[in-house]
Amino acid sequence: MNTSSLTQHPAKVTGWQLFLKTVWARSYPRLIGQQRDLSWLIFDMLLPIGGVIAYVCVYKAIGAPNEYIGFVVMGGAMTAFWMNVLWSMSSQLYWEKEQGNLGLYIMAPNSMMAILLGMALGGMLATTLRAAIVMVVGSLIFQVQYQVASFFQLFAVFVLAMTALYGMGMMTSSLFLLLGREAWHFSNLAQEPVYLASGFYFPIRALPFWVAAAASVIPLTLGLDAMRQLVFPSGFKLGFLNTGLEIGILIGLAVFFLVGAKLLLAKMEKLAIREGRLTETRR
Amino acid sequence: MQRSGSWRSFKMAAWLGWQIESNWADPFLFAIYSIIKPLSGAAILVVMYAIISKGNFTSPLFPYIYIGNAFYIYVGQVMTGVSWAVIDDREHYKTLKYMYIAPIRIPIYLLGRGVARFLTGSFSVVITLVVGVWFLHLPLDVTRVNWPLFTMTLLVGIVMLGMLGLLLGSFSLLLVHHSGFVGDAVAGALYIFSGAIFPLEVLPAWLRPIGFAMPITYWLELIRRSLIGNVAQAFPTLAGFSDAQLFAILMGLSLAFGAASIFAFRFCDHRARERGLIDRVTNY
Repeated sequence: MNTSSLTQHPAKVTGWQLFLKTVWARSYPRLIGQQRDLSWLIFDMLLPIGGVIAYVCVYKAIGAPNEYIGFVVMGGAMTAFWMNVLWSMSSQLYWEKEQGNLGLYIMAPNSMMAILLGMALGGMLATTLRAAIVMVVGSLIFQVQYQVASFFQLFAVFVLAMTALYGMGMMTSSLFLLLGREAWHFSNLAQEPVYLASGFYFPIRALPFWVAAAASVIPLTLGLDAMRQLVFPSGFKLGFLNTGLEIGILIGLAVFFLVGAKLLLAKMEKLAIREGRLTETRR
Repeated sequence: MQRSGSWRSFKMAAWLGWQIESNWADPFLFAIYSIIKPLSGAAILVVMYAIISKGNFTSPLFPYIYIGNAFYIYVGQVMTGVSWAVIDDREHYKTLKYMYIAPIRIPIYLLGRGVARFLTGSFSVVITLVVGVWFLHLPLDVTRVNWPLFTMTLLVGIVMLGMLGLLLGSFSLLLVHHSGFVGDAVAGALYIFSGAIFPLEVLPAWLRPIGFAMPITYWLELIRRSLIGNVAQAFPTLAGFSDAQLFAILMGLSLAFGAASIFAFRFCDHRARERGLIDRVTNY
């Protein structure tokens, strides 16, 4: 009997190959799961449009100029990414702890950042579809007109904002390693205040300068502001800072959050192991 | 015996719901959480309004939006509180099957679980109104409030919302994935059709009948009228109806939805038992 096939092991990978394999492995369940149950098409795509419609109707009731309706549609679309970071990344480690998987992740010879990135990418399909549907349907219903000043800058702003945002999500997920049931409440708390501070439904310039400046630490604040300036004809009049400066700040935020995520994840993992928080389920 | 069983079920569920809602944090942190979230939601609307109106808070549209948004907190909280109890007990605590074999009445138990959300919602509503009066010149004078109308409307509305929550909870017994979002999703959809933050005239004519069929529309209108009187009647949507007529419509629709929720619960409960869904855990 040829036993060589029984003793063969898959080729060992390390470094970047292991990182990418981990990302793929963690994103795979989400990608496949979304195809098996299509109810998210209703809950994650059609129903968020309701929120957008409500705020658009408020602007219509108070006689707002048309570009404000475009602001709401764009802001409503970007909430998809914030919700993905909040619920599918930041608090995900708490859910994994509840399910009993967190200890397995820690024991496995891979990077937590790779696991978190896999979670993010796995949910990215649904998130991007949700954002696109809100943009398209909202734009069609309310006849929003766009005039892109620079596609290259728009693409750069979007990619940088997403990179910084997901880096921030990785950083905050490390804090959730230490939390118990309050994790759900903190995630719940981080919705409306962020929508307010980041100007999801109105130009951030309307807030006092230092409030807007403080809110700029959330990447979507400057990302949304820059995108509005690039996409709406009168967007530049309502912008907080000029787009060049905002792109520069987003680059800085992306670097800061990614480096911070790596350091904080390692630190919090050690702290959680020392305090025995990896397997506790406090209800 | 049946009445004492119902009261026992309700009382125990209310106590349990309060323990679950409040014991994740110390009282100070819990109070901060209960303040920040609703005030942020109100502040979004206030900023939107302030930008366009250049800070004109004397227009009757501002109290319309502000009070409607404040009391809509009850819609999300009570409806979600009742429907979420099914998910919480079935998926997280895995105790729903034990509730079914305990000497309690399940529909009453679910309604009782919504009490905690009603209490936290009340705190949020009061804070939102106080901030509106103190900082935004909301024209709410406690000496001129129609307290009998306000009290009766609030009571009927809370019971109505509880029954709507029971209706959603019934469907949650049968739903697998995303059942946890049913309460939030329906509350979000009703936000558009109930005239909470904008008059129904803003909607296309073919969508307005949906709003007129919702008891929440009349509930919010009566709340506004009882609190700020003439200002609320400046909008044409329901201006042709007197307070008594609106209250009668509210009662009628509440009874209709209440009856629907009872029948829906009986049907869904029977189906869930037949299909063995009471102790199902989806792990989703």
